[in-house]
Amino acid sequence: MSTTDHAQRFFALAERLNGQLQGAEVLFAGLDLESSDFVRFNQNRVRQAGGVQSAGLSLTLIEDERQVEGSCELTGDGDADLALARDLLARLRERLPLVPDDPYLNVSNVPAESETVLPADLPPAGEAVARVTELADGLDLVGIWASGDIAEGLASSLGHRHWHQSTSFNLDWSCYLDRDKAVKGAWSGFAWDPSELAGRIDRQRECLAVMARPERTVEPGRYRAFLAPAAMQELIDMLGWGGFGLRDHRTRQTPLRALADHEVELHPGVTLSEEHGRGLAPRFTPEGFWLPERVPLIDRGRFGNCLVDARSAREYDESVNAALDSPQSAALAAGDLAADEILARLGSGLYIGNLWYGNWSDRNACRVTGMTRFGSFWVENGELAAPLAVMRFDDSLYGLLGDRLEALTRERELILSADTYDGRSTDSVLLPGALISGLDLAL
Amino acid sequence: MTIVTTDLGRIAKSFAAAAPNADYWTLRLVDGRSEALAVRDEVAEPASLDQSRGAMLTVVSGAGVGYAASSDLSPAGLRAAFDRALTAAGLHARLGLFDARLHPRSSLRAEYRSPVAEPWDAQSLEQKLSLLFDACIGLDIDRRIVERIAWMGHHRSDELLVTSDGGRIEQRFDFVHSGLAATAHAGGQTQTRRGGGADLPAQGGLERVAAGRLLEDAERVASEAIALVEAPECPSGRGDLLLLPSQMALQIHESIGHPLELDRILGDERNYAGLSFVTPDMFGTYRYGSSLLNVTFDPRVPGELASYAADDDGTPAKRVHLIRDGILERPLGGALSQRRAGLTGTANARACGWHRPPIDRMANINLEPNEEGLDELIGRVERGVLMDTNRSWSIDDSRNKFQFGCEWGRLIEDGELRGLVRNPGYRGVSARFWRSLDGVGGRETVEVRGVRNCGKGEPNQSVYVGHASPPCLFRDVEIFGGGR
Repeated sequence: MSTTDHAQRFFALAERLNGQLQGAEVLFAGLDLESSDFVRFNQNRVRQAGGVQSAGLSLTLIEDERQVEGSCELTGDGDADLALARDLLARLRERLPLVPDDPYLNVSNVPAESETVLPADLPPAGEAVARVTELADGLDLVGIWASGDIAEGLASSLGHRHWHQSTSFNLDWSCYLDRDKAVKGAWSGFAWDPSELAGRIDRQRECLAVMARPERTVEPGRYRAFLAPAAMQELIDMLGWGGFGLRDHRTRQTPLRALADHEVELHPGVTLSEEHGRGLAPRFTPEGFWLPERVPLIDRGRFGNCLVDARSAREYDESVNAALDSPQSAALAAGDLAADEILARLGSGLYIGNLWYGNWSDRNACRVTGMTRFGSFWVENGELAAPLAVMRFDDSLYGLLGDRLEALTRERELILSADTYDGRSTDSVLLPGALISGLDLAL
Repeated sequence: MTIVTTDLGRIAKSFAAAAPNADYWTLRLVDGRSEALAVRDEVAEPASLDQSRGAMLTVVSGAGVGYAASSDLSPAGLRAAFDRALTAAGLHARLGLFDARLHPRSSLRAEYRSPVAEPWDAQSLEQKLSLLFDACIGLDIDRRIVERIAWMGHHRSDELLVTSDGGRIEQRFDFVHSGLAATAHAGGQTQTRRGGGADLPAQGGLERVAAGRLLEDAERVASEAIALVEAPECPSGRGDLLLLPSQMALQIHESIGHPLELDRILGDERNYAGLSFVTPDMFGTYRYGSSLLNVTFDPRVPGELASYAADDDGTPAKRVHLIRDGILERPLGGALSQRRAGLTGTANARACGWHRPPIDRMANINLEPNEEGLDELIGRVERGVLMDTNRSWSIDDSRNKFQFGCEWGRLIEDGELRGLVRNPGYRGVSARFWRSLDGVGGRETVEVRGVRNCGKGEPNQSVYVGHASPPCLFRDVEIFGGGR
């Protein structure tokens, strides 16, 4: 089925529901559509292969200052879906008089339309998977291939009609040498080019050669460190966990309270933005608001703006600038550290390819713990010397991104999320690597 | 007895009657319905009503096995899903890690229903919202409380698994969960305390709200949030650690449950959730913990989060020991993993919904009681900290080096409970930590708890798992508090 078919069927369904509305009722309808192939690898062989087709319809029924929400799964059959949607609408209508007025109800009253379609040039999953195993011949490759269509639609009885669809692939993998000695690969996008994958796997083979050396175990303490962009992603994700939501700030729960209150500053090179204009995630919110191109979150080391979703906007009398209270398209400004200078500038210390399993040790101190994982090495006199035995860090982001940040790299990496808990994610980050004068290892 | 809706039964019957040829197939139909209610600072959040209905078809053909999930449950929709699963099986046959003839087959006929004393619908929406408003007001005891939330929700999952070998397993799961959260702020310090059933998830009906003492617990929760912002930091250093059942649930989960998952040990999860420090040769001989450590896989505990009659491959569930007297006995591995590894495992091939295939998961992983009371455990501590209610968790990809933080800490000195401390945390290494287990509470101290956000798998899956445990005492642990 073509893009137009999906969108038109959804908008037609929404129109028929709008025709069922009574009195002053207002209806917002959303669609989350996914048609995905998933193939898991282990030992460079197929562990589990399959696919998922789903189409989740969400409805918000509003009358005066009351609202109720509901969702159901559509089947793809027009008549059956209309019956399902009508049944859901009827149940919401029964509940609407039973809920109190909602002082934070906030939807866009300005009708608007948009259509974004990000096409792709992808082979069938089976063909791509066969090529992956061919290129990784002799390696212990483990991971997942995910590909196909995802789409989000929004239609309202006030006149909103938005559609955002993409076809993409996301190959998220790692190559293992032994036990926990591995290097990570991630490649995603809209155009399948086996030569690009071949280059990435060749570079992994080079890293694995270093990984084969005897591992270096370091004692807890403070070490110079370089964090590759994929490792920085874990730290930026942590900042996004409560760091920027307006509600988290107003209720004093944000880990960035001291930054927002001007008690601390980060390194002046730290400029972090939410780039809604990147185009991978929808630019519209479920309430019909159109998001700004860019929201400055941290500006040259100082707190910039909170992310304000529709509900918080009404509660705290601010303008909507986000669909959620955490970033979906974060970008950290580049620095001036050239790629070929990284190891020399590091000297001796830790080259960390990936950090993993971050969590707050103490939000009040913006203190994070987590683990080193894939592609992490001990560097001696500007040379990769040995694989690093996994270590736990426990440190404050105020220090790591503050007076202990020495440089950010000139080149940045665009990393598309491989997350699939709520369907294939459209989140992404654009990040440089970071040279840190001291990272506290705890275990 | 018919447990699942007749509609699901009709769909399964129709499919089975005209099923295409394959060496083996399973059809798993899931109809999930959820309702969520919350009141924050005396404002009701939008009430939500969600339904998700779909099918997972698994097809074994020759050496391949594939799956396809679809929300189109019409005969044509299921036939199309079957064909997609067959195509995936063809890919597996060409490039598969194992011969799909290892895939388990089930002809089991079984039924299960969650124990429900008071159905969710026994109270009206207005009654439930009224209770939440009252609970939220109950949290409003001091101007230092900056946010108050009360919530409750219900999830029902009707599941029907039918197989080409005549298997038919009907299961209905009901979960009702409630909770409270009070956040206090003073002097640059913010602390959140939860209660009202927040860390007491289980199967059941509205009686779970009563068990969580949603209304009665409000004053304690708010008072403790305020006490925490005023408390000194937990001291750092080595000492004894007494974990109450709520935190024990997390400790068991992360450093026993996950390391014993057989698909990790087989390497399937190495790219995402990780591997395990446990290797196949350890079963039967490895000393996992002190002789006080006895851990069971028990999917038949009434009301525990992951109780069921059979897993999603159709393997009947039964209680077995994973660790006995400190010695590792068997992994958490479903029938397919068992055959791949040549090890005896458990009935734990589980999927989080119709749109995901079964993989090895925890179910109810319980630490068996010993004999001591809580006071006796405290009495044996010269210098240590009691901790309760997890708020932070992190562990390495081999499930060894962990660090956990708790909401609540009390000093223990010379065998007596002393003052409150904030931001208590501890870290250790799984392979050594359990050997420092020196005290296990008696049967009367056991609490049945669990976690509702166990994440794993590619594509990702989040499931509920149960953990029952008494309080436990560990010696010589690295303990720390907050601050930069």
